[in-house]
Amino acid sequence: MAIRNLISLNRKKSKGGVVIERNKEKEFPADLMTKCPECKKIYLTKELENNLKVCPNCDHHYKLTAWERVDYFLDEGTFESIDDHLKTSNPLNFPSYVEKVEMDVKKTSLNEAVLTGVGTLKGEQVVVAIMDSHFRMGSMGSVVGEKITRAIEKAIELKTPFIIFTASGGARMQEGVISLMQMAKTSVALKRHSDHGLLFISIMTHPTTGGVSASFASLGDINLAEPKALIGFAGRRVIEQTVREKLPDDFQTAEFLLAHGQLDAIFHRKEIKEKVATIVKLHRKGGRSNV
Amino acid sequence: MSKNMAFEEPVIKLREKIDELKDIATKADVDMSGEIETLETRLKQLEVKIYANMEPWDRVQVARHPERPTTLDYIKEIFTDFIEFHGDRYYGDDEAIIGGIASFEDEPITIIGHQRGKTTKENIRRNFGMPHPEGYRKALRLMKQAEKFGRPILCFIDTKGAYPGKAAEERGQSEAIAKNLFEMAGLKVPVISIVIGEGGSGGALALGVANRIFMLENSTYSVISPEGAASILWKDAALAKQAAEAMKITAQDLKSMGIIEGIIPEISGGAHRNVTAQALAIKECILEELNQLRLLSPEELIEDRYNKFRVIGEFIEM
Repeated sequence: MAIRNLISLNRKKSKGGVVIERNKEKEFPADLMTKCPECKKIYLTKELENNLKVCPNCDHHYKLTAWERVDYFLDEGTFESIDDHLKTSNPLNFPSYVEKVEMDVKKTSLNEAVLTGVGTLKGEQVVVAIMDSHFRMGSMGSVVGEKITRAIEKAIELKTPFIIFTASGGARMQEGVISLMQMAKTSVALKRHSDHGLLFISIMTHPTTGGVSASFASLGDINLAEPKALIGFAGRRVIEQTVREKLPDDFQTAEFLLAHGQLDAIFHRKEIKEKVATIVKLHRKGGRSNV
Repeated sequence: MSKNMAFEEPVIKLREKIDELKDIATKADVDMSGEIETLETRLKQLEVKIYANMEPWDRVQVARHPERPTTLDYIKEIFTDFIEFHGDRYYGDDEAIIGGIASFEDEPITIIGHQRGKTTKENIRRNFGMPHPEGYRKALRLMKQAEKFGRPILCFIDTKGAYPGKAAEERGQSEAIAKNLFEMAGLKVPVISIVIGEGGSGGALALGVANRIFMLENSTYSVISPEGAASILWKDAALAKQAAEAMKITAQDLKSMGIIEGIIPEISGGAHRNVTAQALAIKECILEELNQLRLLSPEELIEDRYNKFRVIGEFIEM
């Protein structure tokens, strides 16, 4: 109903001598209204935000910024970020690489494509790493690899679970083989975390592909995903060219992975906090008396 | 691909000319030794000039040479008693990765490596050395077996990369690669990896979490193929030559970035010119490194591997 009101509002505006535009969406103030890219339904942006950025009509999970995820996932006011002082350099001297990174620093207010820190989840202390696909497609270069590794080491130091939300196109091309080696760096750190008997939960969100998918994202004691998230190693187009056959529509979705035994569970964004908190609670050290 | 590489064309031509002269000299029974000698001296100079000044793209051509020695070629030359073991125990046997046990200087060792084919038929069987998940899982099984029996592990890396196929995704190639990185970190025995051809992306790294990494002089190690990089960065795969330079993928690049421990020099013109001599150089490297790594305790080996990868990355600390 709210939408209808808005449409009429817009019409009124248009009647003032201006030609009525055929494409009505253009007239919506961009920040006030949102059109779902999946079901094309238009609703108030506020309505979407109140729904954890999940389409109220078709359940499409919008991409989140790292800070939105902090708000939705951790106990209010408990998050303290770490390693915001690391800055991307240009190891291969790629033209305009640093400039592109700087633009995304301004755009996202993050120092790189992952936000890391310590907070509490329903009262339990956890270390989190939250990737942000708005920053160079969440791709992993030196700083992303270093921040995730330091976060894992922080979790070892604090003897806490490590929880990661992945969202990444894969390795960062502009840092070449150094990016590839971040897969190894983060994985050896996770092995050490695991050897301390600590819990690692990986929550894959849209999209989780390439080198990120083939390293820490897949190494959780528990591997979870949001509905319909794209998760896979090789790109769909590359595979289609290689095998010369049409791939099923659900190929490399969270549901496809679940059906092929690659995921522990898929959780709707609304239940992630509750479910993950329960998993953390059930892994508390010291047995029953502490639960 | 032709067996001769474009950059070495002048050498090939001169060599052909010398052969021609020799042929004429024998047939016509005339003494041309003076001319031949002059040309042979010039050939030597030309070889030095060309093979000592190879561009990254030239090295890519050498690394991909159809006759470049493979894992099995080196195993034959370096080890005795090799017995190949098959299968991942879950799904199948991926012939793009081979592995087994052998003797090395009277000590047992586990060897694992990507395996390309040399003929079309063999390449189809071995999927051009591009593994499926069962390949990585077989490799990990053999690594854990080596760990149980206290044998060192040697990995030969030689792959364009993980196979971008439907079945590979269905069977979890991300998880298979990731699991190898994770488990290799904890191996209680020495691990040495040597890149002998192409080290392509995650498919290469899955055999690459080692205490020591070496590369043959004309091998490459990269996050993506030059063609792939060119099409992503500049939307044009034809710019692969430029990408090969920009992406810093040669042994010399990786050494200067501190990612690998050393470069094993190649026979002039490429390893394929003399497999036996090349194998000897590799053998000496393995021997020296194993002697050092054998001095470390299991805990020290794990610590050593952790430290090796922990420091890789370039960034500014504000």
